[in-house]
This record gives sequence, C-alpha cells and structure tokens, in this order.
Amino acid sequence: MCAITDSAHSEVDAGSAGGPAVELRGITKRYPGVVANKDVSFSVQRGTVHAIVGENGAGKSTLMKILYGVQRADEGTILVNGAVVSLHSPSDAIEAGIGMVFQHFMLADNLTVLENVVLGAEKSHGIADRARAEIERISGEYGLDVHADDLVADLGVGKRQRVEILKVLYRGARILILDEPTAVLVPQEVDELFDNLRELKSEGLTVIFISHKLDEVLSVADSITVIRRGTTVSTVDPKSVTSRQLAELMVGSELPSPSTEESTVTDRPILTITDLTLAGASGRDILHDVNLTIHAGEVLGIAGVEGNGQAELVEAIMGMRDPTAGRILLEDSDITDWHTREIREAGVGYIPEDRQRHALLLDAPLWENVMLGHQTQPPNVRGVWIDAAGAKANTERIAAEYDVRTPSINVTANSLSGGNQQKLIIAREMSYAPRVLVAAHPTRGVDVGAQAAIWDQIKRARREGLAVLLISADLDELIGLSDTIRVILRGQLSGEFDPDVVTAEDLGSAMTGAGEGVGEVR
Amino acid sequence: MSTAGLKAGVDVITGAVRRPRLNPSRIAVIAVTAVFLIAVLRLVTGANDLASSGALAAAIGLAVPIGMAGLGGLWSERAGVVNIGLEGMMILGTWGAGFFGYHYGPWAGLLGAMFCGMVGGAIHALATVVFGVDHIVSGVAINIIGAGAAKYLAARTFTGTPGGGPTQSPSLGNLPSFSIPGISPGLGTLEQKQIFFVSDLAAILRALVTNLSVVTLIALAMVALTWWVLWRTTFGLRLRSCGESPVAAETLGINVYKYKFIAVLMSGTLAGLGGGYLALVAANIYRDGQTGGRGYIGLAAMIFGNWRPSGLVGGAALFGYTDAVQLRGGGTTVHAMLLLLAALIVGIGLWQILRKHRVVQGVVAVAAGVLVGAWYFVSETVPDEFTGMTPYVATLLVLAFASQRLRMPAADGLPYRKGEGH
Amino acid sequence: MKAALNLRKVGLGLAAPVLAILVAFLVTSTVLLLAGDPVVAVWTQLLTVPRPRLVVAIINGASVYYLSAVAVAIGFRMNLFNIGVDGQYRVAAFAAAVFAGQGWLPGWLNIIVALLIAVMAGGLWAGIAGWLKVTRGVSEVISTIMLNAIATGLVSFLLSKVADSTAGSNVTNTKTIPAPSRVPGFAMIPGTPNKVYGFILLAALVGVAYWVVLNKTRFGFDLRATGRSETAAVASGVSVKRMVLTAMLLSGAAAGLVGMPLLFGQDFSYGTTFQPGLGFAGIAIALLGRNHPVGIAFGALLWSYLEQQSNGLQITVGVSSELVFIIQGVIVLAVVIAYEVVRRAGLRMEQRHVARQLSDQPGPSTPQGASA
Repeated sequence: MCAITDSAHSEVDAGSAGGPAVELRGITKRYPGVVANKDVSFSVQRGTVHAIVGENGAGKSTLMKILYGVQRADEGTILVNGAVVSLHSPSDAIEAGIGMVFQHFMLADNLTVLENVVLGAEKSHGIADRARAEIERISGEYGLDVHADDLVADLGVGKRQRVEILKVLYRGARILILDEPTAVLVPQEVDELFDNLRELKSEGLTVIFISHKLDEVLSVADSITVIRRGTTVSTVDPKSVTSRQLAELMVGSELPSPSTEESTVTDRPILTITDLTLAGASGRDILHDVNLTIHAGEVLGIAGVEGNGQAELVEAIMGMRDPTAGRILLEDSDITDWHTREIREAGVGYIPEDRQRHALLLDAPLWENVMLGHQTQPPNVRGVWIDAAGAKANTERIAAEYDVRTPSINVTANSLSGGNQQKLIIAREMSYAPRVLVAAHPTRGVDVGAQAAIWDQIKRARREGLAVLLISADLDELIGLSDTIRVILRGQLSGEFDPDVVTAEDLGSAMTGAGEGVGEVR
Repeated sequence: MSTAGLKAGVDVITGAVRRPRLNPSRIAVIAVTAVFLIAVLRLVTGANDLASSGALAAAIGLAVPIGMAGLGGLWSERAGVVNIGLEGMMILGTWGAGFFGYHYGPWAGLLGAMFCGMVGGAIHALATVVFGVDHIVSGVAINIIGAGAAKYLAARTFTGTPGGGPTQSPSLGNLPSFSIPGISPGLGTLEQKQIFFVSDLAAILRALVTNLSVVTLIALAMVALTWWVLWRTTFGLRLRSCGESPVAAETLGINVYKYKFIAVLMSGTLAGLGGGYLALVAANIYRDGQTGGRGYIGLAAMIFGNWRPSGLVGGAALFGYTDAVQLRGGGTTVHAMLLLLAALIVGIGLWQILRKHRVVQGVVAVAAGVLVGAWYFVSETVPDEFTGMTPYVATLLVLAFASQRLRMPAADGLPYRKGEGH
Repeated sequence: MKAALNLRKVGLGLAAPVLAILVAFLVTSTVLLLAGDPVVAVWTQLLTVPRPRLVVAIINGASVYYLSAVAVAIGFRMNLFNIGVDGQYRVAAFAAAVFAGQGWLPGWLNIIVALLIAVMAGGLWAGIAGWLKVTRGVSEVISTIMLNAIATGLVSFLLSKVADSTAGSNVTNTKTIPAPSRVPGFAMIPGTPNKVYGFILLAALVGVAYWVVLNKTRFGFDLRATGRSETAAVASGVSVKRMVLTAMLLSGAAAGLVGMPLLFGQDFSYGTTFQPGLGFAGIAIALLGRNHPVGIAFGALLWSYLEQQSNGLQITVGVSSELVFIIQGVIVLAVVIAYEVVRRAGLRMEQRHVARQLSDQPGPSTPQGASA
C-alpha cells in the first residue's frame, strides 16, 4: 500500500493512494413508478477527486442523497474506509466523515456565517469566540476567504459556496460530496473552485463531485464514473478517454446536437427594447440602459450568471415589474406600461424559469393549467363564462401534438414528471400562436428526450416566424439555438456574439467582466 | 406575523434590512422624547390622567398579558409556526388560573394557567407540526375550542361556588406585589406638583417602583430569558434556524419537528401565563371573555417589535397603555390622545409626500389627520363605546404604518414536511 | 379511468368529515368522563330525533349559518382569511334595520333596498381590511379581528343614538320594520305552526351564485388560481391587489346578508339581543364543508342541529349546554387534520396511479427519474 504523496498533480490510478475511502455496492432505490438507481457500484480512492457524470435525470443526485443519509437505499451496501455503514440520517453521514455541499445551498439568509456553520455542530467549538476562531483558521488554511460575522444574505454565490464547503470541513469531513458545484459559476470561478479542490486533495481529503459538464470533469478529476438511466455504465480514467467518448457513454446514443440550420432571421423587428432601466432598492440599478431588438424568426440568447438582472428583465417585459425608464415595443405597440394580462393577450408567450411557482397550478387538472395565462382568450372563454368543453378539447389536442405523456387531461399537474410538465407548458404557449416567446431556462430539470423535443419545437416555431428571447445557463443550448448571443452582467447587456464562432471561454469572460467581449458594447 | 397567504401589498425586502442598532444611548433618546411628547400633550390638553402614575401603573400591568401573548407568538414564529390561537390558549389560561387558583391558592393558579395554556399549545403543535395543517386554520380552530372549553368547564366547575357562577369564578387569592420603600411617596409629591416634564418623569418612575406584581416581574424575567435562550444558546440557534431555513437545518441533522413542537408548547405556556395574569392580578377572578382579544393584540406587539424581545416590550407597553386608558374609562384621556394621533397622522402624511413621493397615500393621510384633529376640537370627550375601541384602533394604526418595513423569519408560516425540501 | 378517479375523489372527500365526527365523538366523551358528566345520557339527548318545532329551528339556524359560511368561503378560496364576518354582518344588519324601520319605501321595495344597503355596508367594512392589506400589507387576519371589536363599539354607539325606546323595555332596538316589509315564512314542516324563514331562498340563491361565479366565470377562475398559487396567478396576468380587494368586498357583501333572514323573518329590528357569534360559526362550517356549496349546506345543518339539541342539555341531563362548543371545536380541528392527511394520501395515490398508467402505455421509455 503506497503512502499518500503530497504532490500537487496527483496522477492517481486506482489502488495506489491508500485504499477506497468510499465504496458502493449494488445500490438500488425505487420511487413510486420510477427506479432512480439500479445496482450502482463503484469505489472512490482516498485522496482523489472522483467525478460522477450523467445527464439530467440519470439518478446522480439521488445517489448522493443516499450517500449522505437523506434517503435510504432499498438494496445495496455502502462502505466507508473499508467498513460497512448504515446511514439513516445526515448525522450518521457526518459521523462517518462525509460532508455534502448541495447544489441548492442550504443556508439561512438571515443568519450569519458563524450561525450557519455551527448549526448542528455546536458541541465541537461552542457558538461564540472559540467557534469564530476555528472558522477563521479553516478559512485561512484552505484559502476560502470567508468571515464569520458576515450575514449570509449579503454574500454572493461563489462565497456562499465556500461557506458551504467550510461548513463541511468544520465538521471534520474527510470525504466531501459536491453536487453540481459549477452550475452557478462562470469559468473563472470554476477554476478557483478546482484549485480549492486540489488543495483539499493534497491535504488527504477525498472529493466526490457530480456534474454533467464533461470538460470540467476531465480537467480536474482523477477518476470518473458514468451513470446512465440510474445505473453505472463504467468507471474510467480521464487520461484515457476523450470528451466525445465520455459523452457517448453518458447518453448511450447520438448526442443531441443543437446545431443551427439555415438562418430564418427576417428584418421585421418584433420586440424592441430601448434604454430600459430598472432602479434597485439600494441605489444601484438592476437593469441599466438595456437595448435589444428581436426580429421575426430570430432567437436571441442571453447568457449570464444568475443574479445579474436576467430574471428582472423577463419580469419587466412581462409587465410584472415597472421599469424606471425606457420603452418596450411589441411591433408597433408600446407595451412598457401594460399590465401582464394585456401583454399576454397581445401575443407574448412566457415560459417561466421556475415552472412550479410561476407556470403551473399544481393542484389543478391539466386542462385548467392549459388555460392559465390565457384565461381570457378563446377557446377557453365565451364572454365572461369559461368554456370548459373548449378548454378540454384544446388540451387533448395539444397534449397529443406535443407528446405530453399523461393518462388523462383531468389529472393534476403535480402528478406529471418534470419533463412532461415542461412540455405541457411549451405546448400551451405555442398553441396560442404567440408573436414572441420569452423562454427562461426552458429545459432546466428536463430529461434528455424532452429536451430534444423542446429544442425541435422552438426551431419549428422559429421557422414559422416566431421571435424568441432565450435566457439560459446552458451554454450549449445557447450556442445551439440562438442566432445571436448577448451577455448580461450587472444589469447591462454586452455586444453581440456569433454563436458559430464564439467559445465558452469568450462567453465566460464576458459573463464575469474579466475579458473584453467581441463586438461593440451598445 | 405573517402575511401567510397572499403577499399582495408587501414590498419584498431583499438583502438585510439595515435597521439601526438599538444600543442603550438610542433607547435613552427615544425614551426621553416619548416622555417629552406626553408632557407637552398633557400641558396642551389638560388631561392629567395621560401620565398619572395610576394610569401608567395600569399600563404596565396590562402590558403583561399582551406582552406574554406576544412573547408566545415570538417563540412560535421564530420556529416558523404562525400561532393565531394565542387568544384561545390565553382563555384556557384564565380558566386554569380560576380553577386551580380557587382550589389550591394563587401560586397553583399561576402554574395551572401556564399548564392549561400549554395544553392549547400542544393541540396546535399536533395539528401543525405533526399533521401539517395550515397554521392559521389550526389557530382559528384552537380559538373556537379554547373559548368553548373554558365556558363549559367554568359552568361545570364554578356553578354553586360561593361568589361564583356559571360564568365566573369566586374571588381568587392575591399574589404578592413589591414596592421599593421610601421612594414612592417622594415621587408622589413630585407628581402632584404638575411641573412640566419632571412630574411626568416622576409619575413614570413611581409607576415602575410601586406595587409591581410578582407576575410582572416574572414576565420581565421571561422576556430576558427568551432573549438569552434564543440568541445565546445552542437550543435557541437551532430553534431559530427552523424558522429561517428548516431545510438547511434538516440537512445538518437537526430534528426540525422537535424544535417546532417545543416552540409551540412554549408559546402556549406563555399565553397561559398572560391569561393567568388577567385572572389573578388584573381582575382577581375568572370571568367569561376576560381576554378581550389581547391574544391578537399581542401578535401585533410582536410584529411591531420586529420579532425581537426588546421591540416586543416596546410594543406591549404601547398597547398596554391604550388598554389601560380604556379600562379606566378615560373619555377625556382618549380625547387628548386624539390630538396626538392627528399630529402623528398629518406628520406621516407630509413625510410620505415630501420624502417618499407617494402623493396619493400622503394626501389621504393628511386629510385623515385633519379630520381627527377637527374631531378633537369639536368635541369635549369621547363616548364610552369609543374608548373601549382604543386598543383595537391602535393596533390597526400601528400595523398599517409598520407592517411593511419589517422582516419576519424567512420560513414563517410555511408548511414543513421532513424530506420534502430537496 | 375517469370513473375510477372520480370514485376515489368522492370516497376521499367523504372520509375526512366522517373521520372527524368520529374523533369529535371520542374526545367529547372523554371530556365528559373526566368532568364526571353522564356520557350516555348526553349522547342520547343529542341524538334523539328532534320534534317538528325543533326541526324548523334547525333549518332556520342552518340557513343563517349557510350564508355566513359562504361569505367566509369566498375568502378562503383565495387564501384570504376573512375572520371579520362577525363584525360585517352586524354592521350590515344595523344599517339595514335602521333603513327598513323608517319605512320610507313600501313593502317589498323596502326590503330590496335594505338588502342592498346591507350588502354595501358589509362590503365596506370588509373593504377596510382589504384596503389595508393591499396598500400596507397588513395581515387581514388581525385587521378583521380588530374590526370586529371596533364594529361592536361603533354599532352599540350608533344604536344608542337612533334607538327607538318607545316600548319602554330594557333592550334598545331600532325602529320596528312595518308589517308589509316583513318576509313571510313557509309552513314546510307538518306538526308545528312554526315557519321556515322565507329567506332560506336567499341563502339558496347565494349558494348557487357562489358556485356559478367561482366555477364558471373568468373572474372565478382568476380567484381560484390566486388561491392555489399566487405566483402562478401573477405570471398569468392576474392583478393580485385588485383580486384581494374584490374578494374581500364580495366576502363582506355576502356577510352583510347573514343577518337578513333574522331581521326580516323573526326579529324585525336590530337590538342588543341580535344573535351574536354567527361569524365564527361560519368559519368553522366553511372549513367543515371545504368551501363547497353542498358541503357547506351539510355542515350548516350539522352545526344547527348540534346547537339546537344541546339547548336542552341543561334541563334534561344537567350538563352545561356549552359542551356543544367543545364538540364543534373538536370537529373543526379534526376535520382539518383529516383533510390534510387524506389530501396527502390522495396525492401520493394519484402520482402512483399516473406513473403506473404511463408505464403500462407503449411508447419511448424515457427515464423520468427523480429530480436529479
């Protein structure tokens, strides 16, 4: 058994770094109607960075929840440092030295960093000065730059992630699990994170991280396990696979290729936004002098890290927020001061970012959901009355046309899977023949098949003259679907990027402001 | 309290609310200004009961049940459970005080009140924490049950007792009260002299040091204890985390259900204590309906205090004062307060117009203020039915002006089920 | 498929109230045992078939409770808690009584205008709370409760000013409504000369209107959507502020009608002895009936039945009639708990059912994994 070397570049192949820190054998987990994990088996060597890759819906997160004790596997065993463990709760996992950093941060905004970190672990260093000192010590040792008395509500995304990491280290975790850590980071912040991970590795900690971003995984992982449809496909050495091969292992068949066809962009402007400004609470503008034009048959993609004003831009267009200055024109009509209802009636379709909160009535039957957002338009209404028969017939039609899988239109929206819910929402918006579609993260949380279907629908509508405003964090989606890409940073839009020549690095620089964007800044 | 339900009208506050820290010097400034205002008002209107030590002593006394209800609400909401049922728990407390106080003496009455309040809290906890029922619905049900149960039990246990009947208990024993010897008479003479500002200060001090019931002291101790437990101990940190982000707490191995349950039990106990005060100290008997909505006023005090014990004390004092005024039947006192109210409303209206550019709201406020002022000048006194309304109108006004700038615990009122957060 | 779902829905819908009544039965019996009261005698008295005179009283009580519950339900469907029905109906009844007593208009015209006044007064009183909520974010729960107390003071003050004390009795009343403006009753139940309120028709009308507006109109759709998910409603174009205000006004307007059967069918004036507490009963019954017009009808009947039957408890069994409050309160609590439990079970069943149906169907088997 070799000793753990202290080298920065740890080219570790299985077996040389001192035995498996974590081993999973035959893990199976079932939910009603779905098998999330089936016979998952792999092992993670101590002192390595081990990646778990798979597409959305492949079962990665469920697996990690099992490893952290939040869920219990129906079958299989987990071994930590060679010994079988039974994880009934996060406390068990913490005791076994496992710490998890969730994709959606588990922080209480109104509490300080100190309070968030010591919560649940008050016995180790108390909740006052001793704890404060320990936090500063860990922060310094791993270069996390986190201060104990900051209020979490005041911290940015990258810093919050480091607080989560500190939380885990504070509890003496030797095995860290990171669930899609780079989902909210730009390429430069990703590099910083990976430096941190290498630092941790060099101190002998083990890192397991889940991702579906293959290039990142290849750059930092020592070993990669591929999961597809809930089961392990294989565990590979990153040095011996290419990105393409890895992608094929992940998806199993052809990669969805969102490549553009012939341009359908006309020169008829549908949505024109001039000098749009939205003042914020603390004096700084949320949106500042935003100018954009989308023509019929054009998809304008907007890239940006969460929290730079995209959500507010969408809300301003949809009439859910009042801009402080500027105008929004829908063809010839000035819709700046219009109410949401009028805007939707005028032919602006909306696919909200958070479908459960903004696009669906979960407890209502599907046909009422198809009315939502269009409850003043035929075929749903006749005068002041609701035309239930018309609405139901319409729902049947579009469910069939857009392949929404449901046994009946009377079930509640809650009982559909995420992908089918999203397909229904897209179908709904398209079926009212909008002039412009505002789509925020349209394939978030959607499985591969539904994602491809949604992309096809958007392209089809674009061919028929639809203008689309696409907000997405999926750079591949942006590059594949858009005719033009712009980046939003701190409420301002950058110049235009041509999706055919732009790279993820160009976009990443523009998204953080680190580099100069291509094209004039308007 | 929560705007559990719809958020219409609420400006969502993102980022930390930058409230100026309430350090001792600021509190002193506020206190002095308040006394000054009251002194001026007394001078202008001639309503001497505004700041008599009698009125202020009554105010302190009535602040206790309101404050205890509010403290109970604070415990519950800090853990994320909205508790509208405080009124019902308080009612149970009044009966407990009556029953145990009559049979086993006043101290047993106090404990009995707390116990009965806790039972009410247990029911609410069962419904909301264990079964996940909507918090407000459960609270309303508790109010119905509490009121009904107390009436039934009172009829059952007090009928045929000497001095008691189906709707009231016999006279209850007294609990001790304290005065600081020597100072009281001196302050009394100062107060009589009616010197501007000095006499008012003397009145306040006199009220504070004379005949303070032991229950008042217990109540104050509860406030201090609450502050210490919730902000200085592990238990309190965990409890607060359940109200801010129960999902996060769950991932850290905290049994959220346990803390919510304990918090709601505690809130019932405190409400019961408030009820006990009403029965044992304020009235010396149990009577049907003696809580008079103070459970709800307590919630308003909690909101006013921004879910912090220090602010709660201020809110309770304010509402206790309005309550005292109406109990002492002060038509002239309420009349005098009209002037102050008019001035305040006009001032707020002007501020809205000039500083915040909310012209419509500002104009409405100024007009309302002028109307109230006109009422003051046109009439001599306020009719009895209206003085009875004072605490409720005060509650409405306070909420109307304060609701938007406050920050309640982030997960307050939201239903929580284990394992569903991810 | 559709039939199976519907049957299940009905079954689930009934399970909760039945469960609740059972629990209430058990709890009340326990309380009686602990208090030393005769359990069997109490239940015998409560469960005896009521005499015809009592049947009329039950129906009359139920029609009033029905109106109150519908008023509350309007708010509930929108996640608004109008606890102020109690104050609203008294303000409205007072205003209507004062007007009708004057007798400026003849016969039925008098009644109709008085109804309109009642509707407006109730709506206005509720509108204060709605306005405060929409402009200042004040929780309508607390504001309506405060307004209840304020209404008590205001009405008693105004009553003392306009009271017609010619009769020289102890109670103060508004001027009595002249005979041509009274609503005659129906002699529906044989065996007693007592009549059912004519305004039971009003209650039925309000119930139908409630159902039609909520389920068949655009406005009703918007209202229900807001109640289900405020965020989704906003994104769909609903102006929540306007909805809140409108809903509160409607709820208050309906509340205004609560006292009308009593006013025009029995008391013929508003006085200090006008029946109190109808608002809180309405809340309980709306919860019991799950805001559904038929469910509320059953709930109102149950409530009225319990109340009337318990009146005799003191005389026949020597048990305080306030026991009924415990029964009622426990029913409410048990029913909301039961509804919640049943709802969650139903949701799980539906999800499983749909998943099973889908996996039975042929088609591309895309993995619909848990949210990974």
